[in-house]
Amino acid sequence: MTQTPLVEFENLKVRFKGERTVHAINGLNLSLQPGEMLGLLGESGSGKSVTLKTLLRLLPPKRSELEGSVRVNGTDIMTLSGNALASYRGGDVSMVFQEPALALDPVYTIGDQIAETVMRHKGIGKTAAMDVALDMLTRVRIPSPERRLKNYPHELSGGMRQRAMIALALSCRPKLLLADEPTTALDATVQIQILLLLRELQKEFGMGVIFVTHDIGVAVEVSDKIAIMYAGNLVETGTTRDVIRNPQHPYTKGLLAANLHGVVKGERLDAIPGSPPALEEPPHCCSFAPRCAFAEDRCRSDLPPVTDLGGGHSVSCVLAASTTTA
Amino acid sequence: MFAYFVRRLLYVLPVAIGVSIICFLLVHIAPGDPLTAIMPVDATAEEQAAMRSAYGLDKPLPVQYAIWIGKAATGDLGKSIATGRPVANEVFAAVKNSLLLAFAASIIAFPIGLFLGFVAGYFRDTIFDRIVTGFAITGVSVPNYWLGIVLVIIFSVNLSWLPSMGAGPGGSGEWAWDYAHIRHLILPAVTLAVVPIGIVARTVRALVGDIFSMDFVQALYAKGMRHSDVLKHVIRNAAPTALSVMGLQLGYLLGGSILIETVFNWPGSGFLLSNAIFQRDLPLLQGTILVLALFFVFMNLIVDVAQAAIDPRIKRS
Repeated sequence: MTQTPLVEFENLKVRFKGERTVHAINGLNLSLQPGEMLGLLGESGSGKSVTLKTLLRLLPPKRSELEGSVRVNGTDIMTLSGNALASYRGGDVSMVFQEPALALDPVYTIGDQIAETVMRHKGIGKTAAMDVALDMLTRVRIPSPERRLKNYPHELSGGMRQRAMIALALSCRPKLLLADEPTTALDATVQIQILLLLRELQKEFGMGVIFVTHDIGVAVEVSDKIAIMYAGNLVETGTTRDVIRNPQHPYTKGLLAANLHGVVKGERLDAIPGSPPALEEPPHCCSFAPRCAFAEDRCRSDLPPVTDLGGGHSVSCVLAASTTTA
Repeated sequence: MFAYFVRRLLYVLPVAIGVSIICFLLVHIAPGDPLTAIMPVDATAEEQAAMRSAYGLDKPLPVQYAIWIGKAATGDLGKSIATGRPVANEVFAAVKNSLLLAFAASIIAFPIGLFLGFVAGYFRDTIFDRIVTGFAITGVSVPNYWLGIVLVIIFSVNLSWLPSMGAGPGGSGEWAWDYAHIRHLILPAVTLAVVPIGIVARTVRALVGDIFSMDFVQALYAKGMRHSDVLKHVIRNAAPTALSVMGLQLGYLLGGSILIETVFNWPGSGFLLSNAIFQRDLPLLQGTILVLALFFVFMNLIVDVAQAAIDPRIKRS
């Protein structure tokens, strides 16, 4: 298989300058094939959202320093600017935001917001663009889509707003959809509907999806592949099945253990002790070592090696390296 | 939309009645007997009583109010104690002049305020932002009657470019749209414009700055919108609030220009008001305050309706 990957991160580093420097992403290597759905998992501050924003070049240019390369469909997106960047955004890659209530313009109707995107990318007239908007709203199965066209965001429920947001993001048939915790702001019952809808539309449109979440249950539900981030780097990646059945990194194991199944009332939950590191310095050793029950001296002195376990399953931990070499 | 307008109009009624009661009471509660201003010092008690009953001032307050408001509803605001002329005519002529001044000041202030505020909000925390903010704070803080006097010293006394007093050559009361009259308008209008420039600029700056930091702006870029498209969205979002600030400023300009009108001898409502106060001309004072207050209520109504027309988030049903 020598197909061009849809997305390819190569040693991506992102630093934010300011009163203090933050090393948000530290040498990320990740690739995604067309039509794959990747769940990007990690706790707050692990660099999930920064990764997505890098993909859309949405990071504030003055305050952020980027290194490494990001290729989408073989194009180095770091070199895009002006009109090429504008047609890349929303045309090739689009994004569903965490809070549809905030990500939609409050004083424009849903129809107008979808139509203006379509007009911009497809160069068609308002009437035709409105037809596309109506078609998209129907596809995301919003009740009475004709009426929704003329609705303002505040007139819709949270679930409907997120459906409208998805319709907007998919209106130009992107090859890659980025979903930044798209269900976090929604009720539990609505969450699962939106997840299933995304999964269905992904199959229907054959697009790649990067789905950011901190909920491992959600990631397992929808993704083909899972990538787990910690302190601005990947700790483990592989097919959902491999990662869940055979987690190698202590952090992944900790995340899997930290759920509510089989918990006895009154007992303490299995949480990972400690908190994520401050990212003021670039890591010179394993970032997880201070919280890791299995940490050894070499974990605190060197960066962990990346071990390929086969089948796309790789892990960045000395423990995995020693079991495979031994 | 029409139903909303009618409903807002109905709300105005109790407000207007309340305002009229307050106008009436304020004038009557204020210290100072109106009669002392017009009666000779040696007038006898009988003469005073006769005068009092001639103006209806001997009746209980509620009765006086009922008589006054009943007449006011038909357009009769009584006669001025000082001049004997109908108050309605005096107020009408003065309000016309004040409106002229207020509109002239608005035409200067609003575009400048909007522009400065927008640019400062757009280039937030840059040197331009600081200059605009500094200018706006100075404009709002400087007493405008003092500024008026300074402008008179510079442009009328030292440079002799512009007249310093009145609304036309030779102190004629009649306004005309010619250069001779417009010259008289320039200094008071510019002076009056300084405060609203500052207020509009500061409001719009904060507004635009906030809108630019909202998530949907990033979402607009994320869906491939150009910079000019994003600006359009930001302006559309800022418009309702900017509009309401400008509407209220127009109301303030009309009623709040007493000092400026006094400095420039502008024959407007503020000038009339200050004369009425100094002469304790009760009917004139009441009538002027009532008309100004009702105008303010009316301005609020216009602003509300206009805001509802352009901001979908305001419930219209």
